[in-house]
Amino acid sequence: MSRHVSSTRRWTVTIAAWLVGILMFFPILWTVLTSFKTEAEAVASPPSFLFFNWTLENYAEVQSRSDYVQHFLNSVTISLGSTAIGLLIAIPAAWAMAFQPTKRTKDLLMWMLSTKMMPPVGVLVPIYLMFRDAGLLDTRLGLTIILTLIDLPIIIWMLYTYFKEIPGEILEAARMDGATLWSEIAYVLTPMAVPGIASTLLLNVILAWNEAFWTLNLTAAKAAPLTAFIASYSSPEGLFYAKLSAASTMAIAPILILGWFSQKQLVRGLTFGAVK
Amino acid sequence: MATKNSRAAARLLVAPSVILLFLWMIVPLGLTIYFSFLRYNLLMPGTEEWVGVLNYSYFLTDPAFFAALFNTLAIVLGVLLITVVGGVLIALLLDQPIWGQGIVRLLVLAPFFVMPTVSALVWKNMFMNPVNGLLAWVQTSLGMAPHDWLATTPLFAIIIIVAWQWLPFSALILLTALQSLDEEQREAAELDGAGPVSRFVYIMLPHLSRAITVVILIQTIFLLSVFAEILVTTNGGPGTESTNIAYLVYAQALLQFDVGGASAGGIVAVVLANIVAIFLMRMIGRTLET
Repeated sequence: MSRHVSSTRRWTVTIAAWLVGILMFFPILWTVLTSFKTEAEAVASPPSFLFFNWTLENYAEVQSRSDYVQHFLNSVTISLGSTAIGLLIAIPAAWAMAFQPTKRTKDLLMWMLSTKMMPPVGVLVPIYLMFRDAGLLDTRLGLTIILTLIDLPIIIWMLYTYFKEIPGEILEAARMDGATLWSEIAYVLTPMAVPGIASTLLLNVILAWNEAFWTLNLTAAKAAPLTAFIASYSSPEGLFYAKLSAASTMAIAPILILGWFSQKQLVRGLTFGAVK
Repeated sequence: MATKNSRAAARLLVAPSVILLFLWMIVPLGLTIYFSFLRYNLLMPGTEEWVGVLNYSYFLTDPAFFAALFNTLAIVLGVLLITVVGGVLIALLLDQPIWGQGIVRLLVLAPFFVMPTVSALVWKNMFMNPVNGLLAWVQTSLGMAPHDWLATTPLFAIIIIVAWQWLPFSALILLTALQSLDEEQREAAELDGAGPVSRFVYIMLPHLSRAITVVILIQTIFLLSVFAEILVTTNGGPGTESTNIAYLVYAQALLQFDVGGASAGGIVAVVLANIVAIFLMRMIGRTLET
């Protein structure tokens, strides 16, 4: 299948592609390297790339000075919590729309997607005031609610495009055999839908982990997830490059690894099935 | 084939999502519209009163609004230009037979997973800082004066940071689209003597046009609301040089506590986003038909 190319050309293209890849990845690599330097080495000129005294003290210091683990757990709770609740609400809806479509299903899906188009600043003021009055500012519960709502359309859409690919005949056959609605969902649909649900979950955790409008505006200290915690380095602690790097590395590492695993599902998920 | 019973059940299953999204869309948006017609400042409680379109006329005639509108469009267009052109080039490159393609893909994709506050701070401090930044070191090593990115060209600096985050997205989507191109079609063109340029213009580009449209529209939705990158790098400054509409509304609401004015600004942002959204919905709507 693959085209036949000369080995010179293959080498040239390979080198060019690797250069582009390393260039794109370099800021991340540099952050990781800097996190193992002392503060003096982090700003040394000329910068040292590999030959410095590797140290773990920045990681220890970030934890002891600012309770990093607390913010990490906030991120985990909020992103997993909002994804789980979102899935619970979305799975029945996506199932119904994929297998019992009506004339209005398409319009309904489009309308759901349109809620995602609303810029967050359009509702910042009332949400902020409502949260203040309900005592939800700077709470994990409040952020979980907001992230569930903003991600719900994407979850429904992703699940819908996956469910759509499950052949309807199988469901018909199950129904012929007398399966009820719930046993149909539990024994027939669920096993076939698990891969789609898994990739929806993965992508949504990534999106929720990195969400940086509501997390910055609705939290102060207690419930701040990593996005907001890192923002506190904007000044003047940001001048401590090694500590900033250590905090950043810990904040992005888990999600980068998850993201790499989910890259195949990423495209269709992020384009609402428009590109597969 | 659906019975009356199962149709009712289906409606019941869809209901929670619809109700939640309906409330989420209508209640806050309705409140924003309502607030936008009030004089309402959190620092002066009890003085709320109906002022008609006064907030809108203040917001829309404020020089900061024009600066913000210009900056918003500059960020959207600047990032789109970099990511679409760069994305096509990267996709073409990675579509070639190369060694270690899987790893290169992962490397290119990585910035997309970096949270906005991290990428903004890493770029701000470790790359764009005029004293200790890596870019300053490169420039001094080349005998040039280091460039103070965020002080002298803040908008351009923000465009670079945001483009770095979104380039992986467009590259990955365009690569996926390119790989779905029929191999036989390419070979036929090659056999007919089409050179690389005409193969790109007449075969690949038309094939990519749909994916490019999707990339442009989806990115535009997010780029209109760039916020965290501005908050942690420049705070919209110096002056209003890097303030976009999202940041302007934020500043009015949570820094000046002007609920009425911020609400009017929020509605302006919604109208802007809707113009883009209409095009996007049409595009995606078409995919439902197939």
